[in-house]
Amino acid sequence: MLSVLANDLPALQVVVPLVSAPLCLILARWPRIVWLLCLAASWTSLAIAIELLDQVLSGGTISYAMGGWAAPWGIEYRIDAVNAYVILIVTGIASVVMPYANQSVAKEIPADRVPLFYALLMLCLTGLLGMTITGDAFNVFVFLEISSLSMYGLISMGRDRRALTSAFQYLVMGTIGGTFILVGIGFLYVVTGTLNMADLAMRLPEVTQLRTLHTGFAFLVVGIGLKLAMFPLHLWLPNAYAYAPSTATAFIAATATKVAVYALLRFVFTVIGPVIAYQDLPFGEIAKVLAVLGLVTGSFVAIFQENVKRMLAYSSVAQIGYILLGIGLATVMGLTASMLHLFNHALIKGALFMAVGCLFYRTRSVRLDDLRGIGRKMPWSFGAFVIAGLSLIGVPLTAGFVSKWYLVQASLEVGQWPLAVLVLGGSLLAIIYIWRVVEIAWFGSPSTRAAEATEAPLGLLIPTWILVLANLYFGTHTGLTVGVANLAARTLAEGLR
Amino acid sequence: MRFLQLYNYEIAIFLAMVGLYIVVSSGNLVKKIAGLSMFQISVFILYISMGVVEGGTVPILIEGVQRYSNPLPHVLILTAIVVGVATTAVALSLVIRINEAYGTAEEDEIHEQDESF
Repeated sequence: MLSVLANDLPALQVVVPLVSAPLCLILARWPRIVWLLCLAASWTSLAIAIELLDQVLSGGTISYAMGGWAAPWGIEYRIDAVNAYVILIVTGIASVVMPYANQSVAKEIPADRVPLFYALLMLCLTGLLGMTITGDAFNVFVFLEISSLSMYGLISMGRDRRALTSAFQYLVMGTIGGTFILVGIGFLYVVTGTLNMADLAMRLPEVTQLRTLHTGFAFLVVGIGLKLAMFPLHLWLPNAYAYAPSTATAFIAATATKVAVYALLRFVFTVIGPVIAYQDLPFGEIAKVLAVLGLVTGSFVAIFQENVKRMLAYSSVAQIGYILLGIGLATVMGLTASMLHLFNHALIKGALFMAVGCLFYRTRSVRLDDLRGIGRKMPWSFGAFVIAGLSLIGVPLTAGFVSKWYLVQASLEVGQWPLAVLVLGGSLLAIIYIWRVVEIAWFGSPSTRAAEATEAPLGLLIPTWILVLANLYFGTHTGLTVGVANLAARTLAEGLR
Repeated sequence: MRFLQLYNYEIAIFLAMVGLYIVVSSGNLVKKIAGLSMFQISVFILYISMGVVEGGTVPILIEGVQRYSNPLPHVLILTAIVVGVATTAVALSLVIRINEAYGTAEEDEIHEQDESF
């Protein structure tokens, strides 16, 4: 039985969460069973992801023909070091967020909508995993829309009515982005006649209609840029993160943009090829400029936010800048830094948003004024925020330090010391906005809301602290992350120079 | 007369621009959704135009016929239509909820109440 399933692991990776979504609705009368089902589904996904990564590390690329139809005609699932690593990030975060969801969702979502929330969460996970695992360009679009549509639903479930308008705003921008990606894929199809990524990569060098190819690439970059909140296209992100329910924010902030970054890497390095992207077209320069603008403005705007979740959202825009900077450098070292930060930022932002969710659980507010003095009332929740905040800044011994260290090295390696200075400058700005929260929440005299607060329940604290401890663990034990990130970067950079 | 021969592509570009313009310029959320749908539909036309093979017929086995139009873009666009319908449905239901919460579906009136747009 198990050996039969073992051959179909790539399909199961997507099918397990996909099947559990409608089951959530069927079992809607028993919310506890729905939650247990989602917990089981996400832990199964994580187990499959670990097994797949192990297979890739020992045996190289896995190619799986969906439905038994051979590659260029059927849909191929293709797993190499790059997407096995991203799948591990997504399923890992899902597995930690799901135990957290139980109490947080019960408090924030009206009881009759709880099963719907879990169904959407599972669909979102399906979409993100599908986008990552597939080797078919059109399939990316389909899974992207599955994850996006469920995300609009998740965001709109926030208690504040502004959740509705921010979900609508995201829907408009997200749909434009998705349609741009569709146009881009169409242009690639029209010049090659294939949708399989490996096949596209093989046929694109023979293409003579470069104008069509370049246009298609531009559409893809703008479309994916909207999804990953590349600097001037980030406008949907702050409100969406700020007003979504805590569980949804923690999951989306830690995974959605990461998967979009992966899609960008896949199209730039595997499909189009770095020669066209970096030499014929100025993708590297554009990525670097937008990255720098994003990390400076994102960090600056974050300093002036009164809403802690909104502040963290702007900080996400800045962190996307770091990831994009490594991609813009187009060296193995730069890509390693980006892949590392993909992983570390998922840990950092997951932990931060979950810690803020703990504070929200008791105080019902994420405004700085209301959180005055909360640190002494909820030391464990706020302690988690502080340690994850240190990791965000990039203090040594935390995960954030490792990726910034590599990014600084990558900038110096190509002789661009101003970029290294900017990376460090961004960290200084992060100190300011994290310190602002610490100062108010720890040293301020308690607000009325904070005075009544007690420590968050263990059901929320344990998952939060698992992520916080992971930040510390991966800050000191870099073997696994750096090793896999470096392997992934080298896989991507095969076509480089 | 190459310009006229490519008329379906020009229609697609025109529709895309009109759709995007409505999304950006209109303050009414329902009209925005209409614009968004137009923008998506323009891409459907683009895809279907790509599948045309000169002198080809419908892609069904017919005796004595050798040239068929490419059916793959049609299949892709069936999927994209489903996505478009789903998006429109989600968007409209969001507008209903927004209208319940704010009593209006006009962007500037919502902004006056909440500064969230």
